[in-house]
Amino acid sequence: MWGAADPGASQPTVRDPRPRLDRALWRALGELGFFSLRLSEADSGAGLGLPEAVLVFEEAGRALVPGPLLATHLAAGEVPGAATGEVVVAAADGRLVEWMDEADVVRRGAEGAVPMDSVDPLTPLHRVPAPAPADPVAVLLTAAEQLGTAARACELAVQHARTREQFGQPIGAFQAVKHLCAQMLVRAEVARAAVYAAAVTAGRADIAAARLLADEAAVRGARDCLQVHGGMGFTWECEVHLLLKRAWVRAQRSGGITESEELLAAELVT
Amino acid sequence: MDLSYTPEEEDFRARLREWLGKVLPALPPKPSPDDWPARRAYDLGWQRMLYDAGYADVHWDASPTTRLIFLEETEKAGAPYVGAGFVGLLHAGPTIVAEGTPEQRERWLPPILRGEEVWCQGFSEPDAGSDLAALRTRARRDGDDYVVSGSKIWTSHAEVADWCELLVRTDPEAQKHRGITWLALPMNAPGITVRPLRTLAGSAEFAEVFLDDVRVPVTNRVGDENDGWRVTMVTLSFERGTAFVGEVVACRRVLGELAAEARRNGRWDDSVLRRRLGRLNAEFRALWRLTQWNVSEAEAGGVPGVGGSVFKLRYSHARQELYDAAAEVLGPHALDLASPWMLDRLSSLSYTIAAGTSQIQQNIVAERILGLPKGR
Repeated sequence: MWGAADPGASQPTVRDPRPRLDRALWRALGELGFFSLRLSEADSGAGLGLPEAVLVFEEAGRALVPGPLLATHLAAGEVPGAATGEVVVAAADGRLVEWMDEADVVRRGAEGAVPMDSVDPLTPLHRVPAPAPADPVAVLLTAAEQLGTAARACELAVQHARTREQFGQPIGAFQAVKHLCAQMLVRAEVARAAVYAAAVTAGRADIAAARLLADEAAVRGARDCLQVHGGMGFTWECEVHLLLKRAWVRAQRSGGITESEELLAAELVT
Repeated sequence: MDLSYTPEEEDFRARLREWLGKVLPALPPKPSPDDWPARRAYDLGWQRMLYDAGYADVHWDASPTTRLIFLEETEKAGAPYVGAGFVGLLHAGPTIVAEGTPEQRERWLPPILRGEEVWCQGFSEPDAGSDLAALRTRARRDGDDYVVSGSKIWTSHAEVADWCELLVRTDPEAQKHRGITWLALPMNAPGITVRPLRTLAGSAEFAEVFLDDVRVPVTNRVGDENDGWRVTMVTLSFERGTAFVGEVVACRRVLGELAAEARRNGRWDDSVLRRRLGRLNAEFRALWRLTQWNVSEAEAGGVPGVGGSVFKLRYSHARQELYDAAAEVLGPHALDLASPWMLDRLSSLSYTIAAGTSQIQQNIVAERILGLPKGR
């Protein structure tokens, strides 16, 4: 009964204190080469390319690693200390800046940034008045993160559906649940084909397609995962909401739905 | 994902493209979709040209990548589709290649490759469609023959077929997946009645086939008695692997034509419709990449992997969405049966049903790939 709540009682709130960035984690990521992956060996990097970066960002997306991963990765080689994880870099992407207050360096397009109450408890946000232009590499790596989250959502749903029993059997034996899970996998695998191909070709249309399909796979996958979890999925204790909220944040980065669809439409008539 | 091609593969593509450029302009016009005898003659004639040029066995002997290049180039060039040769070249043929005796291969394979004989598929029955193993057509042994009685349905090309790859129940006591046998049925045998079925697309593409004490020599059995389910799975895994390559290429071409039409008739200014076409572009690009990926997996592992069911599920719906978008672009013209779009839109409705409905495919994905429990 909503109306019966005691107004004086302390209510749980979605507005938890802002998270702090774990500097030790950041340096560990730096040591692993997360940020310097695409720098040449002469520049103390791993000398790898987009396909490898995509695999690494996919794993980060699967694990929901918090922090301005993309901005710091893109700053490696340009901002001293970014490559090693000593320096945390934030940047505007679309009309958002992630982790601005925790960053040592804030790059491009962050003028006039205003803090928001971020829906994602693990990603503090500022919004900026003018959208930053889309960087194709950032768009692709965002798609890779979404792909990882989509795959994780499918795994969690399947794990739950295999073990949670209702009406005397695992809920995964019901076709209605089974088909939700099957579609989660189908969306993730179609997105995976698009993301991996875009990593190889680096073509603009391929990247836009990867972005559209990976956004869809992550956002719808997280929602379906929540549905499979039932009432438990709607609680703060269950991690599913974190997948959905992060997927929503990434969907707002530049090269989002409208932009990608228009790019792909234009490509049909050129 | 390896998207590169070897010099030999690039050379194959170049030679094929050059040959297509030479022969296609001289082809006669395609016959009406309703005229099956004419379609048989046309499709077999095309197969004979492929045979003479050395491309006939690309579905059997070539590597998956070469097959992909063949299907991509022939579709891009607007070459005839495999048509009436589909079952022989893509189902029965590969099954006989894999499971037949030397005598059986000698008897049946060359006429398929030379475009001389047409096969049809006698799998589905009125009470056994997606649940294929529930089939009831009986075959009892009588000396050197099987005597077959029962009925088959959704049998494409049955009216013009010389042979039928027939699944029969040889042991009614066994579990339903056991006790099934694969036979090559000659369509001129006494006791066979073929009744055409008119589809919602208006064509008589399917038929019902009634079998009344039809005698089939035991030497026409491919694989062991009661081992027909395993023999059949060889064929079906093939179908779910690379069978749709040409069609994805075709859908991408159709989407381009649709965008051009929208530009001509002004519908392109509608941003909702334009973005819908953009999204379809993403969809068919990804399906093409998934196809390439499935093919490279098949190349590495020898058989098409589970990606086939994922692909089939997504593609069959995407194809229907493509023609729904076409209707948005064309407006009232979309309802004109004289428009080729309309016939394609109607025929796209079969894709979520044929070769296992989307619901069955989702069960396959959930149970075999994700490991979810079977329902009771």
